[in-house]
Parts: sequence; C-alpha cells; structure tokens
Amino acid sequence: MYSRIQIQEVDFSVDDVLSELKRASGAVGGICTFTGCVRDLNDDETVTSLFLEHYPGMTEKQLAKILEAASARFSMLGVVVIHRVGLLTPGDNIVLVAVASEHRGEAFEACHFVMDYLKTQATFWKREQRGSGDGQWLSMRASDQVAQAVWEAGHDAKD
Amino acid sequence: MIRVRYFASLRARLSRDSDSIENPLGAQTVAEVLASIEVPDGQTLLTLFESETLLLAVNHEMVSIDHPVTDGDEIGVFPPVTGG
Repeated sequence: MYSRIQIQEVDFSVDDVLSELKRASGAVGGICTFTGCVRDLNDDETVTSLFLEHYPGMTEKQLAKILEAASARFSMLGVVVIHRVGLLTPGDNIVLVAVASEHRGEAFEACHFVMDYLKTQATFWKREQRGSGDGQWLSMRASDQVAQAVWEAGHDAKD
Repeated sequence: MIRVRYFASLRARLSRDSDSIENPLGAQTVAEVLASIEVPDGQTLLTLFESETLLLAVNHEMVSIDHPVTDGDEIGVFPPVTGG
C-alpha cells in the first residue's frame, strides 16, 4: 500500500494529492478526501489566527501507527496525510487525509477512521487568537474522544 | 542525562521548552524524574501531573507515569492533543 505522511508549514494542493494517489495506487476505484480548515468563528467569537505546534519526531510516529491501524482494518490502496504547522489564518487549510481504495465504502470509512484517530492521538496543539487578546490554547473536545471510542467499540464487537 | 520536553500550554506555563536532568539520584521511573523538576507555585512537575490532565511520552512513545527511564531517554510532557 502506498502511504505518505507530511508535516509542513506551506499549503498543500488537493488536486496534486489526487494525482499522486492515482499514479501510486493501482486499480483505484475511488478516492475520499477530508480537508480541515481554520474557522473564522469559535464560540461566537471572531478568530483572527491559529497557531499549530507539534512534537517533531513523535507526531510522524503517531501518524504512521494510525495509518498502520487503518490498513489492518480497511482495504486501502493508498493514503496521504498532510498536516500544516505554524501560523494560519481563517480559511487556510490545516489538514488533508486522502484515501484511495477499490470501492467507495472502504475509502469513506478509512478516511473517517484516520481523521478521528488523528484528532485524539497525533501530537498537534492549536492556539487560537481571538480579537486583540492573548492567544488561547484549545482543549480537546469530548466529542473527539467519543468518536474514537466508537471505532474501538466497533472493533471489539467484531472480535 | 535525561531530557524533558514541554509542549503547548505546558511550555507556555513553565516559560521553558525543556529541562536536562543529570539524574544524580538515579531516578528509575518517569514519576521520579518529574518529582525532581520544580515548577512555579512551589510545586513539582509530578504534583502538577497528578492534578491536571497531562500526557507522557518516552522516546516518542506514549507511556504511563511509572514507565522506566534510563540515561539518554527523552521524556515528553504535554496536554491532550488538539490537531486536525
């Protein structure tokens, strides 16, 4: 299975990643992509910028483990994960997960799985700037933990 | 030497991104290393860990507080992640 993990400051092109997956993964029947971007509002307050930090070395390892778990669970032909770090502004892309598979069902599910685990396992942190005040480090949302727990429960149910 | 690295809100709160511990007392677990690090308000990093939600890694692998450490290890201490 083709896979690529990239952590970078610069923006990415979804079209380039689609071409990459088609070239690298034979017999592709579908590619599912998820792109996360910076919101301009959070808790009804205007967001002016978002700073993203990561733990170099560890983050790549965590992402590789997530892709390994996804490939053990779903039939994937290729997967690309790109996550940006540094200072971003509303509308900017943050993350791209793209999964190629023979059939759409596996691509949709694997993309969803990778994104849910990335939210709870990959060592990235966001500091949000609202208005002119000091930036505020965001807390993990309970719904993100629930989303991962649902996958784990589903896995246990199949055992 | 054991390096302890801090990230995100914890790094901001401690006003430093890492500590290097000579480990003269021969700390054998993550907990013993954290107990030797002073943080603001007269606490140690271990008491802070026990009162807040913080995660731990040794050499880039998530671990629990009683995980063993040896000279040359890198410990990461950080809040729950918020990427994506």
